[in-house]
Amino acid sequence: MSGREVLSPTLEVADLRTHFFTKAGIVRAVDGVSFEVRAGEVLGLVGESGCGKTVTGFSILGLVDPPGRIVSGSIRLKGKELNGLDEAGLRKIRGNRIAMIFQDPMMTLNPVLRVDTQIIEAVRAHRDIDRVAARELARNALARVGIPAPEKRLEAYPHELSGGMRQRVAIAIAFINKPDVIIADEPTTALDVTIQAQILYEAQKLCRETGTAMIWITHDLAVVSALADRIAVMYAGRIVEQGATSDIIARPLHPYTQGLLGSVPSANRRGARLAQIPGLPPSLLAPPPGCSFQPRCPRAVAECALAAPPVTEPMVSRQVRCFRPLVVERAAS
Amino acid sequence: MTAVSPPPLIEGRRLVKRFVASLDLAGRIAARLGSDRGAWAVHAVDGVDIAIAEGEVVGLVGESGCGKSTLGRMIAGLLEPTEGEVLFRGRSRSALTGSESRAARLAVQMIFQDPHASLNPRARIETIVGEAPIVHGLVSKNELPAYVDEMLKRVGLDPALKRRYPHQFSGGQRARIGIARALAVKPKFIVCDEAIAALDVSIQAQIINLFMDLRAAYNLTYLYISHDLGVVQHISDRIAIMYLGRIVETAPAEELFRSPNHPYAQALLAEMPRIAPNRQTFHPIKGEIPSPLDPPKGCHFHPRCPHAMERCRLEVPLLKQIAPGRLSACHLNDA
Repeated sequence: MSGREVLSPTLEVADLRTHFFTKAGIVRAVDGVSFEVRAGEVLGLVGESGCGKTVTGFSILGLVDPPGRIVSGSIRLKGKELNGLDEAGLRKIRGNRIAMIFQDPMMTLNPVLRVDTQIIEAVRAHRDIDRVAARELARNALARVGIPAPEKRLEAYPHELSGGMRQRVAIAIAFINKPDVIIADEPTTALDVTIQAQILYEAQKLCRETGTAMIWITHDLAVVSALADRIAVMYAGRIVEQGATSDIIARPLHPYTQGLLGSVPSANRRGARLAQIPGLPPSLLAPPPGCSFQPRCPRAVAECALAAPPVTEPMVSRQVRCFRPLVVERAAS
Repeated sequence: MTAVSPPPLIEGRRLVKRFVASLDLAGRIAARLGSDRGAWAVHAVDGVDIAIAEGEVVGLVGESGCGKSTLGRMIAGLLEPTEGEVLFRGRSRSALTGSESRAARLAVQMIFQDPHASLNPRARIETIVGEAPIVHGLVSKNELPAYVDEMLKRVGLDPALKRRYPHQFSGGQRARIGIARALAVKPKFIVCDEAIAALDVSIQAQIINLFMDLRAAYNLTYLYISHDLGVVQHISDRIAIMYLGRIVETAPAEELFRSPNHPYAQALLAEMPRIAPNRQTFHPIKGEIPSPLDPPKGCHFHPRCPHAMERCRLEVPLLKQIAPGRLSACHLNDA
């Protein structure tokens, strides 16, 4: 761990704001998000639907379409600013330095092209090698993600493969150019438990072997706690809490994180009532005043509705956006 | 089982469901010309015995395509089994007639996975919830508004919203509407097919709590179908694990999680991601679920099983008692 601390982060996102200018008003989908990922590290970006986690991933790759745009903030890949880069510059980055894995692998795969054509295309778009060498790379990539009989699979069309197999092909494509960062957006949500375990195993192994930094976007806290080194919890366009996985799971500071953890069934509380968070996530069109979690928060005080809480660091390398984080009480008692 | 104990509330005996696709015109012409492609059949459910006692919550777990939804629909009476029979309070449902048959069917209701597809988009909530009780004569027209209000309140919805349409509600609220509709005919037994899979974690917790409250309030019996082991572990008394059309193990929830017997159950539980401060290392089992169009011979799990032996390739293992209340279908238990 201490050896890794001195390394500068691979990807730094600072105060990113991506807003959508709709007829109904401005949707602040991402509203001041900051985080870093280092080489070989897995960052879990957790949140419920509509919290802005996918838009954060799309913003990093410059994939936000009108009416949305990045309003402000910086995205630095190994020190180089990506925000404001033109389309040609972004094309050199996408699929090469930063790759993305989507929830639905058919978003990555072209249904009318054979698997080998697609992988060779991805390699040759960024590297000057011939087709034979590219095909060799493709076969190795498929073998590395645990696809049996890779030579045969290269000649298949995506519809001939199962869901889990397609997702492996998508992962093989993401890793093939040895990117610095991979953004994985709910890649195992649609898969079965045994297939999900296979994919998590491959992802864990590849990150360790290649030193690729990974952002794993998901709503599933169990998956993230099993996989990630650090967790960032998002709510209504902001990261409300960030820290090492073991710290966050063992001692959540933000009431929302605590609520999320409490609402997941676990073995030692079988049959007991789950700690539910009352109410619904707010509309990003008209977020509540002050802290956006305050209407659902059991610890809210009058102050919470007046201003949005700033990011504080009540413990070492733990960031939280809350006026009344849970740690204060523990220290007092 | 002694003679005095009451029969289970619902029982399925040797249930089989095959979906057969007959040849289309092109296929028939090809067959005339000597093609060997005949009609194909999917063995969705392949001889399942299941008994659920009154007041019990049984979790039915399995991966996609294992036949758990088909089994649930046969038990709910939405699909006719190809072979076998469903018994309600010890009497075959197909042998009941008239008012008995209607009562038996009303007593079993189903809650569906997709709250978009299972609610009529053009009907108001009061119609969706109030239609069945009127049709079945459970309440009179005069009592209906008060009855619908009570049902909506029971599932945590504001009765003032009852003149709205389904699209005006969030996913969690739609799940509640589906539950209110099922409750409105005063069922004894509810089949929940992935009822909360489409919802966010914090909303899932609200609905799980609602299920447990309703169970206590109405003495309901559930068959809870899900691929989410965490949720099933939380609410079930007993769990049945399905693989490719067959039940491979049933056991009380706690015992199953403590010591799964069948190799598939062991693999499934080991790979279930859990919330823990320490990172998990995955040791996944190889391969994928084979197609139910062409299932492997013998034990369906043998191509992926680390302990497979010659016998597993040839002989179908039967579901046998391995301890009181625990059944498992694995040849290893004979050794």
